Order: sequence, then structure tokens, then C-alpha cells
Amino acid sequence: MNKTLVTIGAIIILALSGIVLVVIPHFSILRQIDHTNIPPVLSEQAQRGRAVYIDLGCVYCHSQQPRHKNFGPDYLRGWGHQPEAKDYFGQNPHQLGTMRTGPDLFNIGDRNPSLQWHLVHLYQPQLVVPWSIMPAFPFLFEEKTAPEEGDVILKLADMGIERENTVVASQRALDLVVYLRELKQKEKPDED
Amino acid sequence: MFETLLSLSGLSAILTLIGILVVAYIFYNHGMSISNRSGMVIFDGDDQVHSESIDKKTAKRWQHLDESTRGHVIYLLFMATIWLLAGSVAGMIASIKLHHPNFLTQYEFLTFGRVRTFHLNSVAYGWLSLGVIGIATWLLPRLVHASISGSRFIFVGGVLWNIAIAGGLGAILLGFSEGVEWLEMPFWSDLTIAIAGGLIAIPALHSINRSKVRHLYVSVWYILAALLWFPILFLIGNMTKFHQGVEHALVNWWFAHNALGLWFTPMSLGIAYYIIPKAIGRPIYSYSLSFLGFWTLALFYSNVGVHHLIGGPVPNYVVTISIIMSMMMFVPVIAVAVNHHMTAFKHLAIVKEQTALRFIVLGAIMYTLASVQGSLHSLRSLSQITHFTHYTVSHAHLGAYGFASFILFGAAYFVIPKVLQTNWPHRKLISLHFYLAIIGIVIYVVFLGIGGWLQGQKMLDPNAAFMESTLVTIPYLQGRTVGGLLLFIGHAIFFLHFILILLKYKNTMRGKHE
Ligand code: HEC
Ligand code: HEM
Repeated sequence: MNKTLVTIGAIIILALSGIVLVVIPHFSILRQIDHTNIPPVLSEQAQRGRAVYIDLGCVYCHSQQPRHKNFGPDYLRGWGHQPEAKDYFGQNPHQLGTMRTGPDLFNIGDRNPSLQWHLVHLYQPQLVVPWSIMPAFPFLFEEKTAPEEGDVILKLADMGIERENTVVASQRALDLVVYLRELKQKEKPDED
Repeated sequence: MFETLLSLSGLSAILTLIGILVVAYIFYNHGMSISNRSGMVIFDGDDQVHSESIDKKTAKRWQHLDESTRGHVIYLLFMATIWLLAGSVAGMIASIKLHHPNFLTQYEFLTFGRVRTFHLNSVAYGWLSLGVIGIATWLLPRLVHASISGSRFIFVGGVLWNIAIAGGLGAILLGFSEGVEWLEMPFWSDLTIAIAGGLIAIPALHSINRSKVRHLYVSVWYILAALLWFPILFLIGNMTKFHQGVEHALVNWWFAHNALGLWFTPMSLGIAYYIIPKAIGRPIYSYSLSFLGFWTLALFYSNVGVHHLIGGPVPNYVVTISIIMSMMMFVPVIAVAVNHHMTAFKHLAIVKEQTALRFIVLGAIMYTLASVQGSLHSLRSLSQITHFTHYTVSHAHLGAYGFASFILFGAAYFVIPKVLQTNWPHRKLISLHFYLAIIGIVIYVVFLGIGGWLQGQKMLDPNAAFMESTLVTIPYLQGRTVGGLLLFIGHAIFFLHFILILLKYKNTMRGKHE
């Protein structure tokens, strides 16, 4: 008697929680997404960049979900308005994040679209933000004595940094930055 | 139309809630019909109860059951310990990186995002999961009073599980993460784990089903339910391709919190419910209460997941349900707390004497603390401060380490000598591990808790630059590394001692054969 009760009870309870937390919201979220106002999808290069973002685990330090204006100063920090379900349409896997060791990146493309800044920042964050505790990603770059045509070179000398060799961005670094630059809130919802 | 749907789902949520309360009420009554005497079943029906360590005769009864699982239990616990070591090395590296960002940056596979993920998966799916399975393998024959038939499947499942973890962790280090917290291992590895979980569950469920004991002890309930839940949950959680965007986030946290609430927690509680009374030699304080605890845990815990998305872009009512359920968690938590703590406090002298028991009793206390903390910071006003900060990590370690790992350490110290029929070679090492663990976890949780709280306040202060919220945490992050180091030394001692007892066992076996 007991074992049947536990078995059946356990399964029903699990199903119930799936219905309450996943299935019902599935329909209510679908209703929210009016298929005419879905933000444009990422460019192909940005999608490759997103894969780099995922495999390096940026999500463990950066969220992509600014909170509502009544729920903290996220908007004042330039992180954007609170997004809606449609702003995440088609994203798989999601990268909402639960940690803010660094700032929210939902709207970073708006805040800072500079290719050079992002490249140098990824190469060594402390070069542009001295107090930063973001890790450097030197393996996304290559040191070359003689850069080739088409190489994107980090303009370190302009920033007063002397390096023996030229530092060249890899394709992955470029993809990643293209992704970051496309992280913008597409249309600003009306103020409330 | 949309409004109708919303109110419809709101309504169904309320109905569910009422349903849940009704069910809870029924089970409460049902629970009351279970007399406290049923709790004596773990003493083999004797009215005379004795601590096993005192009464040699009682111990003999269980000896052949313990021997029937020896190989499997030792294998599972040993592998769990390997993942504990690997995971805590990764945890240390991740921890140091947070205050020394230039530490080991040249290696891509050791970048923060990857070692941190390695750490979580190694300790959660390697250490904790294999550990509780190992202890449950030892426990089940004692609970159903028969050896487990087909326990080979448990072994095969264990081997598969290890292969899957090794592959999954390797994939994470090489950059093949699925990018979803708690579900990072690639699908082939998840699928293997779910199959392995099924293989492990089958003989266990079979032996429970065949059992002829007059009453199935409450630990069986917890373990039976958890063994059913885990493979299903893990499989559904990993079907990530079917979800996208915000919905994916919901599935993510539905899974992740259920992994804690419907897997680690019931397994650990089931273990504690057995070992605390058994090691003390007195039945649990209020056995009937334990059933209320079981059913309310199942009902409420399974719905708390979305409190990880408070303030996020998800439908408000789902968040509200999870917050309500988080508050309801006080019911099972208090039920368990009364039972575990009253049993222990009535016999403090015995608890002090046995280090294994001390681990478990402290683990149970930290379960209460972590749960109360968890319920409270599910409230919007507190979550607003603590969400997105290291406070959450502090809470995670109070739960995963202070509660689950402490119980697992205690259980391992209790079980291993029984299955090997030989004592731990150096009792002092157990004591040393105990003090390292307790000092380490207090440092860890207190430092990160304070650091995370300050971080949250700075983040909410519109007049403070974001920078301040990061910088304020640095000394606390350094403190965490110190706490983590103590824990790590404890793990190394545990591992060493494990090897020593295995060698001792081998020697006695050789002695017997000669
Ligand atoms: C260990 C945590 C950590 C990890 C991992 C991390 N970051 Fe950061 N990030 C930070 C911190 C702290 C800051 C703030 C200081 C700074 O600007 O460097 C930051 C800042 C940033 C900024 C500037 C934001 C702004 O508002 O100015 C960008 C862009 C960024 N990170 C991108 C990334 C990307 C892309 C990755 C993954 C490849 C990543 N971060 C991984 C911690 C981290
Ligand atoms: C050697 C001691 C340990 C150290 C130094 C350590 C360190 C860390 C670090 C640095 C993180 C990442 C936090 C972040 O993203 O900011 C982490 C996460 C985590 N650790 Fe540990 N850890 C240790 C032991 C353990 C053990 C034994 C467990 C037991 C299961 C555990 C469970 C977790 C969990 C669940 C997380 C995820 C937290 C989250 O989701 O935010 N840790 N740990």
C-alpha cells in the first residue's frame, strides 16, 4: 500500500509541478509573443560569437536581464529597460544568467559599440578598466611579429601600451565582439 | 483572449494550491495513523533498542546484509571521493581566479567559466550523486531486510555514470558546454547518466516492491521517490532543444531546483533519518511527523524553482507561485528539524562521542539553516538584494556542503567500517577532518554571505558606481578561498584515510586466507 502510494504520489507531484511551472507558462508566454514584433535575429557572425560566449562561460559573471525600473537602478546604469519574452525569442540556450560579478550585458551594444575597446578588454581587461576582476582571454589573440593582410590589430600603442609584437584578434574574438555589439534592445518600450 | 488565458492559468495555480493543501491534510491524517512504534522497524522489531556500536549481537544481524553490497558500496563511494577531490581542486582554482583574475589565464580550458562549471558538475553529479547512491545501496538491504537481487545493475549503472561524468566534464573543459546552468554536460553524457540512473533504480525499486517487512521505514519513502524523480527530471531537463528564450529559463530552474529538492535533499534526508536513530540507539522523536515532512517536501519543493528568476522577464504569476511554495517549505523543514534535532539533543552525550554522527547531526542542523535562509530570500524584497550576488553562492554551499556533504561524510564514516568489517585506522584523522570541515564551511558561508549582501546593497544603490559592488566583495572572496582551502585539506585527509582503511582491509583478508 505504502509503496504504491509513494510511487504514484511521487509521479503525480512531479507532473503537477511540470504543469504549473512549465506547461501553463509555455502557453501564456506564447500569447505574449506577437509574431509581428519579434526583434531581428542575430547575424550569422554574431551567432558564432554567441557560441563563443557560451563555451567560455561569460554567463557565470554576466546576466542579460535588466530589472524593471521600480526594482533597482539597472535602467539608470544604462543596462536597458526590462525586456519581455519576445526579446529572447529563438534563443537557445538562454543566457539570462544569475550572477553579476560584472555588469548586465543585455544592452552592451548600445552602451559601448567600440570594436577596439572590446577587443582590448577581452585581451586584458585591466588595460582598459584597471580595477577589473574579469579574466583575460589571451588565447583568443595571437602575437605576431609581422601581421598579415586582413588581420585586425589591437591598437595598444595608441593607449600608451608598449608590446614587442603586434597583437592580432582571432576569428573567435571578432565573432564574440560582433555578438556583443549586436546586444542591443531593439525597440524601446514606452515609458511608464 | 490573453487575459482569459492568464486568469485561467492563475485560477489553475490557485486550484493546484488548494489541491496541494487538501492532499497535505489527507496525508497528515494518514501519517497520524502510523504509530511511533513503526519507527522501531529499523531495530529489527526488537523492543529493546541498542546502539550498534554498543551491542555486538544486534550488529551481527545486519552483518551479512552489509557484506552483500560491499563491493558496490565501496566502488561508488570511492569514485564519489575522486570526483570530490577533482571538483574541489577546480573550485579552488575558480575561487582564486575571482580575486586574482590573472591567475592561470593563459590556458583556455582553465578559464573561469569552464573550471567553475567543472566544479559544479563534478561535485553535484560526481560526488553528491554517486555518494548518496552508494550509501543508499548499503541502506536498502537493511531497510527491506533482504539483499538486493540484481545488484549487478547498480554496479553497471555506477560504471556507466562514471564514464558519462568523465566524458561530460572533459567536454566542458574543451568548450562543449551546453551553456545552461546545472545542465552543462552534453546530451550524450546526460542521456548516459539518465540510463545509468534507471539501471540503478530498477533493482532498488524491485527489492522495495518485493519487500515483506511489516512497515517500510520512512527512509525508503524518500529514497524510492528520489530514485523515481531523478532519471525523469534529468532527461526532461536536458531536452533543451525543445525550449527557447524565457521558457528555456523556466525549464532550467524548474530542473535545477528540483535536482536539489527532489534528488539531493530526499536522498540525504533519507540517510539521516536512518543513521541518526540507528547510531544513537533510540527511535526518531516523532515518527508520524516524518510522513507529514515527506509529503509536504514533495508537494512544495517541486514548485519553488522559479524563485531563481525573481525580477526577471517571466510571467509574474509563476514567480509568485514559487515564492508562496518557498514559504510553504517551512512546514517540511520544521517537521524534519523537530525529528532530527530532538532525537539528537535528547542524546547529546552519544552524539559527542561519535564523529560520524556529529557530521550527520551538524548536517541536519545546516539543512534547517539553509532552508530557512532559502525561504526568506525568496521574498521579493530580500531577493532584490541577494539575487545576482555571491550571497547565493554562500547559500548554495550551506546547502550542498553544510547539509548534503556533511551528511555524506558522516554516512561514509559510519558505513565504510561496517561493510569492510574493520575499524578506521586513525580516529584522529576523522576528528581532524571534522574540525577542518566545520571551520572551513563557517568561514566560507559567513564571508560570502556578508560579501554578497554588501555587493547587493551597492548594486541597488543608484549613487554607487557598479565598480563599488565588485570591489566590496574582494576581501570576502579572499576569505572564501581560505575557507575552501580548509575544506580541501579535509577532503584530502578523507581520501587518504579511505585508502588506508582499504589497505587495512586487504591485509586482514590476506591474514584470514593464510
Ligand atoms: C570572473 C567573472 C567574469 C567573467 C567570466 C567575464 N566577465 Fe566580463 N566583466 C567582469 C567584470 C568584473 C566586469 C567589470 C569590469 C570591467 O569592465 O572589466 C566585466 C565587464 C565586462 C564588459 C564591459 C561591460 C560594461 O558595461 O562596460 C563586457 C563587454 C564584458 N565584461 C564581456 C565579457 C565576455 C564577453 C565574457 C566571456 C568571454 C566575460 N565578460 C566574462 C567579470 C567577468
Ligand atoms: C574545496 C572547496 C570548494 C571551493 C573552494 C568552492 C568554490 C566554488 C566557486 C568559486 C564557485 C563558483 C561561484 C561563482 O560562480 O561565483 C562554486 C560554485 C558552487 N559550488 Fe563550490 N566550492 C567548494 C566545494 C564545494 C562542494 C564540496 C560542493 C558540494 C556540492 C560545492 C557546491 C557548489 C555549487 C552548488 C556551486 C554553484 C553555486 C551557484 O549556482 O551559484 N562546492 N564553488
